[in-house]
Amino acid sequence: MSQKYHVIVIGAGSTGTATAHDLALRGLQLTVIERGEIASGTTGRNHCLLHSGGRYAVTDHEGAVECIDENLTLRQIMRDGLELNDGLFVAVDESDLAFKDTFLEGCASCGIPARDIPVKRALEIEPYLNPKILGAVQVPDGVFDPYRFCLSFLATAKKNGATVLPYHEVVGLLMSGQAVSGVKVLDHRTGKQYEIGADLVVNATGPWAGKIAAFANVDVPVLPTAGVMVSISKRLNQMVVNRLNKPHDGDIVVPQRMTSIIGTTSWKVDDMDAIHIPQEHVDKMIEFGEKMIPALRDNPIRGVMAVARPLIGKKSADEREVSRTFAGFDHAHDGVENFVTISGGKTTTARGMAEKISDIVCAKLGVSAPCRTREVVLESYRSYYNN
Amino acid sequence: MKLNLKIYRYKPGSEPHYDTFPVDVPETANVLDAIERAWDDLDRTIMFRHACHHASCGSCGLLVNDQEKLPCVTPVKDYGEGATLKIDPMRNMPVITDLAVDASPIYQRMALIGLPIIRDAETLRADGKEPLPEGLEAFRRFENCLECGLCLSACPVMATDPQFLGPLTLAAAERLLAEPRGVDIERIYRLVDDEHGVWRCHSSFECTEACPYEVYPGEAIMRLKRKVGLRKIKQFFGGA
Ligand SMILES: Cc1cc2nc3c(=O)[nH]c(=O)nc-3n(C[C@H](O)[C@H](O)[C@H](O)COP(=O)(O)OP(=O)(O)OC[C@H]3O[C@@H](n4cnc5c(N)ncnc54)[C@H](O)[C@@H]3O)c2cc1C
Ligand code: SF4
Ligand code: FES
Repeated sequence: MSQKYHVIVIGAGSTGTATAHDLALRGLQLTVIERGEIASGTTGRNHCLLHSGGRYAVTDHEGAVECIDENLTLRQIMRDGLELNDGLFVAVDESDLAFKDTFLEGCASCGIPARDIPVKRALEIEPYLNPKILGAVQVPDGVFDPYRFCLSFLATAKKNGATVLPYHEVVGLLMSGQAVSGVKVLDHRTGKQYEIGADLVVNATGPWAGKIAAFANVDVPVLPTAGVMVSISKRLNQMVVNRLNKPHDGDIVVPQRMTSIIGTTSWKVDDMDAIHIPQEHVDKMIEFGEKMIPALRDNPIRGVMAVARPLIGKKSADEREVSRTFAGFDHAHDGVENFVTISGGKTTTARGMAEKISDIVCAKLGVSAPCRTREVVLESYRSYYNN
Repeated sequence: MKLNLKIYRYKPGSEPHYDTFPVDVPETANVLDAIERAWDDLDRTIMFRHACHHASCGSCGLLVNDQEKLPCVTPVKDYGEGATLKIDPMRNMPVITDLAVDASPIYQRMALIGLPIIRDAETLRADGKEPLPEGLEAFRRFENCLECGLCLSACPVMATDPQFLGPLTLAAAERLLAEPRGVDIERIYRLVDDEHGVWRCHSSFECTEACPYEVYPGEAIMRLKRKVGLRKIKQFFGGA
């Protein structure tokens, strides 16, 4: 029945692809539009940490609970995009060690399974750890492959009828009165522009969300904050290694395939397409990373990358917020109908974000189908290329 | 560091040509950073594939001066100040536009074999006897093969036989025969023991040369040929 409604999702990062999957499962007709390759924005270049929530257990209860919930859900539905080797939080100095009990209490209160393990044991498991560490706690962190993460959601959405248009850039929104009625796209494969009509448009363009919203004269205040990651030419850990303390720069080393990636920092940028990486941020990664894994300094750097967090400044009226951990706006509040924006959050929590925005989309369209993304096992990422 | 990028441009229906873009990037940059610089500063219509920027997603493969490369981990330093880098899309795959190829030939081949992307990790210590953390049966990790397709691009057989299974596919089959992970071995033997399969390879080893990630597809195909051959001999003498 609801196939009569056509929804366009702009942006094929983790948020847009998870949203497309959710809405396609609810029976809507979907078109996903992405200006470049799938996951070529923030998602592809992120740190690849499937958060257990440990990182936020003390400072952000709600964020941590969301992480562990989504982490456990993804383990059930995503068969081939996750490396699940857990994570260690290691105490490098006395202040870290003093934080341990607070950390364990935080994890317990958020429902994150955490196990205090002897230092000797941690060093047996991870021989490249700093032999002078003072404590270690094991949590169910994991690692995802962001490209395949997005392909899995899209493969499943395609199976449920969605159309995916990569290399298509949205260059304008079609308006009918005060309502959005579609998008104008530039097809980069041909260089031609054309229009696609829709009953509703979801703006899932991460740090670019403000630019898309501006096409409808809506203000979405984005504060792009870049973060750098340094990939080392050898894999020095099997588990994710975190610093046992409050979140800080350079306090996570994520292993993936044959690399260890140190991250991250945070600085404000004006243009998320032109992030110039300051050398001191790279130096800082090595300096902080080697406190946990000294050999990080002895192996050559394989690559350095940076992307901008899609942080959205708060709007004044709180009713517009669907969650504290990410930003979702129904722009009817700004006087523009059939147009919603979803941004912020994490790749780890993409499914949950998609559920919330899809609930709003369906309520607006009068579609009653419930969310099924917790149960439905995703297609293999490879089947994205089936046709 | 100043470089010139001579980039292949193609829109379906029009003649392919090259556009040259002068860029200035830090000494530590990789070729992908330079392409992104050209896209950002000079021409927003250059289309190229990329996601992870650290040799993990396998999406960015292309040719630099006619050699298969993952530009995200190819330092510009390798080419030197003032160099002109000729950048082309991979071979043996349909070009969608500019440097962006249709990756279906890569993924469909891998789907045919069905190599699970998750495997047991070789552990980090030489003695291989590390105890595992409670709650984990094994350390797992993603397969080495990034499914980047550089081997398909470099393979001279692919150029003459588009139905050839291809180096990555045969290497994946060999991995499965060595570590089946629940996959039907008989099906794999049937797939590779074929005129477009393992026997088509004439061991030029261009694939191993192109592979960025220690898969050594050429060597894997040699092992696979031996395995398939031995099995045929055994079957001929009535063995299993
Ligand atoms: C440095 C850093 C490290 C991080 N590490 C982690 C981590 O380890 N784990 C984790 O869970 N999260 C992590 N995050 C958070 C996570 O990366 C982001 O929250 C998430 O990727 C956002 O996804 P998105 O889909 O909203 O945005 P994006 O991935 O940016 O997707 C938006 C898409 O929209 C496209 N687009 C833009 N404009 C247009 C247009 N006009 N037309 C068509 N398409 C357009 C872009 O090309 C892009 O692909 C990290 C973030 C940063 C910055
Ligand atoms: S075998 Fe090597 S070159 Fe071929 S797809 Fe895999 S990683 Fe790429
Ligand atoms: S961008 Fe992912 S492999 Fe190069």
